[in-house]
Amino acid sequence: MPQMIKGDTGDWEIVIGMEIHAQVIARSKLFSGAATEFGAAPNSQVSLVDAAMPGMLPVLNKKCVEQAVRTGLGLNSKINTRSVFARKNYFYPDLPQGYQISQFEDPIVGKGKIEIDLPDGSVKEIGITRLHLEQDAGKSIHDQSPTKSFVDLNRSGCALMEIVSEPDIRGPEEAVAYLSKIRMILRYLGTCDGNMDEGSMRADVNISVRKPGDEYGTRAEIKNVNSLKAVQQAIDFEARRQVEIIEEGGKVNQETRLWDPNKMETRSMRSKEEAHDYRYFPDPDLLPLEFSSQWVEEIKQTLPELPDEKKHRFMDEYGLSLYDASVLIAERSRADFFETVAKDGGDAKLSANWVINELLGILNKNEKALSDSPISAEQLGGLIKLIVDNTISGKIAKDVFAEMFASGKDAEKIVEEKGLKQVTDTGAIEAVIDEVLAENPDNVEAYRGGKDKLFGFFVGQVMKKSQGKANPALVNEILKKKL
Amino acid sequence: MSNLTHLTIKDALKGLENKDFTALELTQSHIDAMAQTKSLNAYITETPELALEQAKASDARRAKGEAGDLDGIPLAIKDLFCTENVQTTAASHILEGFKPQYESTVSQKLLDAGAVTLGKANLDEFAMGSSNTTSYYGNVINPWRRKNDDKDLTPGGSSGGSAASVAAYTAMGAIGTDTGGSIRQPASFCGISGIKPTYGRCSRWGVVAFASSLDQAGCFARTVEDNALLLRTMSGHDPKDSTSAKKDVPDFVAALNGDIKGLKVGIPKEYRVDGMPEEILKLWEKGIEWLKSAGAQIVDVSLPHTHYALPTYYIIAPAEASSNLARYDGVRYGHRAQESDLTDMYELTRAQGFGDEVKRRIMIGTYVLSAGYYDAYYIKAQKVRRLISEDFTKAYEKCDVLLTPTAPSAAFAIGENEDDPIKMYLNDVFTVPASLAGLPGMSVPAGNDKDGLPLGLQIIGRPWEEETVLKVAHVVENLAQFKLLECGDLK
Amino acid sequence: MSLDKETVKKVARLARIRLTDAEVEKLGPQLSNIINFVEQLAEVDTDNVEPLANVADINLELREDVVNDGNCVDKVLANAPEKTQGYFVVPKVVE
Repeated sequence: MPQMIKGDTGDWEIVIGMEIHAQVIARSKLFSGAATEFGAAPNSQVSLVDAAMPGMLPVLNKKCVEQAVRTGLGLNSKINTRSVFARKNYFYPDLPQGYQISQFEDPIVGKGKIEIDLPDGSVKEIGITRLHLEQDAGKSIHDQSPTKSFVDLNRSGCALMEIVSEPDIRGPEEAVAYLSKIRMILRYLGTCDGNMDEGSMRADVNISVRKPGDEYGTRAEIKNVNSLKAVQQAIDFEARRQVEIIEEGGKVNQETRLWDPNKMETRSMRSKEEAHDYRYFPDPDLLPLEFSSQWVEEIKQTLPELPDEKKHRFMDEYGLSLYDASVLIAERSRADFFETVAKDGGDAKLSANWVINELLGILNKNEKALSDSPISAEQLGGLIKLIVDNTISGKIAKDVFAEMFASGKDAEKIVEEKGLKQVTDTGAIEAVIDEVLAENPDNVEAYRGGKDKLFGFFVGQVMKKSQGKANPALVNEILKKKL
Repeated sequence: MSNLTHLTIKDALKGLENKDFTALELTQSHIDAMAQTKSLNAYITETPELALEQAKASDARRAKGEAGDLDGIPLAIKDLFCTENVQTTAASHILEGFKPQYESTVSQKLLDAGAVTLGKANLDEFAMGSSNTTSYYGNVINPWRRKNDDKDLTPGGSSGGSAASVAAYTAMGAIGTDTGGSIRQPASFCGISGIKPTYGRCSRWGVVAFASSLDQAGCFARTVEDNALLLRTMSGHDPKDSTSAKKDVPDFVAALNGDIKGLKVGIPKEYRVDGMPEEILKLWEKGIEWLKSAGAQIVDVSLPHTHYALPTYYIIAPAEASSNLARYDGVRYGHRAQESDLTDMYELTRAQGFGDEVKRRIMIGTYVLSAGYYDAYYIKAQKVRRLISEDFTKAYEKCDVLLTPTAPSAAFAIGENEDDPIKMYLNDVFTVPASLAGLPGMSVPAGNDKDGLPLGLQIIGRPWEEETVLKVAHVVENLAQFKLLECGDLK
Repeated sequence: MSLDKETVKKVARLARIRLTDAEVEKLGPQLSNIINFVEQLAEVDTDNVEPLANVADINLELREDVVNDGNCVDKVLANAPEKTQGYFVVPKVVE
């Protein structure tokens, strides 16, 4: 069920559409040969084209086109083999041409759809309206001088994909799930690194509210929503603001608003709104972009297994729960890690548990990424194999795991060195059980008198005496017989 | 030595090769001529020192037997081509002092062929005009005068300085650009020949943009053959310009064999516009007769949408210009109004930096692209542009080349036609249609009006058929026996 | 169509060209004349005609994704009216 807002006049539904700007992974810019790396010295990654010197002309980067097609395919969208670059005209110091080369009427990617996973375990389909390629702007720095702004054009001309969704999203939870899924897909495809901190992914959120069943309300576009948390907070704030306005008899303005993460509010950008008229027209420096459907097919062949496919396969092939599968596919590297563990360990479900609960847990606690894990997938698989073939118990395995994390040693070696091998010799176990029974005659008496619960006490004593090495299944079996 | 400036490029190359004179001497004589004709204001920036240096280097190359196709030939460069470390203004205040850190592809090709560059030729501001009276750096004066009248005449525009410099023997040839007639009309006004090749033949990289879908580089010279020589060097695909075509460059000079037997020359009836001076009609008739006498077949053709070419052009060109000129904002180069508020800085930079005609066109372009008007004006114009282009395609089913007058009048006096922008725009009535269709067009001087002023005929060809255009122009040139301006005529 | 003063001012704002009142007075009729002139196109039947954006009958060529430009901050800033520490400098942008 979508999240509703409770107003004085009843429940309100939040209707959301998102525009995500994702920086394309490519070595050079969309229309020039300047580098795209993050964090270079000011204006050092700027060509004369990027600086819009007189007479400079754009030449389209093939890689960026390929990345857009890849992404379109990953979003199950229609690829337009003919698209047109258009100029979006406005003045701003970090927009050197006085226009942004973008796509307007004929984008490279048309309609499509993706699945989002909701916290209650359900799945929802969100429509993709379009994806188009465009130039990024430069950066203005305002805090270096009281009267001046500084302009760095390193970002100017880098390729962006703008991904526009249908207004299918209802509420902040779905919005977060949508943004996460898009980010996941782009990272799987290798078309955007999804790094929101560095600004390689940014979102504008269109929000309106309505009574369920009514027509769409007037929407506000919220800019500067640059983290998952901000998406949640900005929607919460803005939807409530709109409900309050309407319930007080007012009208929501169609306008652009800015999310202020410090004040935790959206505010009108009326100054920017004033007289905006982008005067789009086809860029006469570029001809229509045309490519063959055969090329699209070739790109299709190189697509990796995408998150949703992988999720379904993990559930079907390994019998994992939706939750476990969703956690594992969140990163392609994580899913690959899991599959190696499962292959080496020989028990997929057990492997999923260990990856999710133990490994990700301890990594998280140590603020480490999976790629920095001291335990490799093969090593974790080795540990699980020892559990599966009864060499060690699950309990011992946790100690071994801790040791592995600290030392990076193989499980087998640790088990060897510390003599942690599980005792499966029935004779030895019988001997320990006999000892325990002999030491606790009263409890034996009581158990036999009907106190079933004492069974656990005996198991505990046996395990303790065997330093945890006795095979619990055998202990159970023999104890039952002896008692 | 002064008669060195009267040589054709072809003869000068011969003389250099025969060691009759050096490139240094040839260049010096042009620099001297420039000094004597300063009142024409043909150049915005003269670069005599650079030219002499280039000439010395040229002589050294020739001595080593490494001379290029244009080695030692002094040329004028329209100040719309960016030239490395040489001020490039587009005749605008907004670019005053701008020194590009790069060389346009076309001027680089000329330099690579050994050409000597004398300076940056004056033009209408941002190439917007037909009289060279919109330049921030002053009017260019046509070296021609009416008999019995001392009024300063316009050289035409926008490449007025380029045309005047060649007509006045201060350059052996010049490069220009043509968006709606900016090479052909000044060539006609100044009594020289000039060619605008097919759109996509020459790279636009490094040429200050006016209207990107129309702008095309071309050249001026006193003979058709010299034009062929220049164009051969300037042409060719440039990977830095996405609209430049991957076509082989033919040997344009070799095409000038005079053989037009059986060639079908189309005469478009719509070019007989109301109010055209009788003498221009007569010259056109003469042109038809010349070509007939040379064995060509004359065919009547129709280009039904000709009348709509100017209105189409005056939507498309300003629309593109309004966007192309947005980069002149005072942030990265050129003039900046010293203001503490950003919007004031933008608005005053552009108010001070642009002249009236440029402002008018930016305003028109902004208006026709703005919300609510885009379809009615811009899209409509693009549709009519297709009809105009299709007119030519259909005509070329019946003929190989078209013959028309270049302009509806001879050079007019400076100040005339200034009261009404539309009247000025009508100058381009015969040149604009070919521009909209991207076709090659050439003006060749063919006669004089009653005041003795030169009149040109225009040859328009099929796309990529500059060879045919040059060949026909060459035949007209031979039969017209047009008398170039004499040295003594120069004021 | 004739362009009234408000339209002229609005267009000038969009184009970032400051006009004096006198210029607005003068430009209004001039621009209106030009607009009236180009409105002749309304006579032309363009039903079923595709707009023609560019006459070049060539395919758009794409470049390979190689870094072969940039790294020329001196050239980029060479003509800047105001610069410091590798940046262009402009009057403060106020949001």
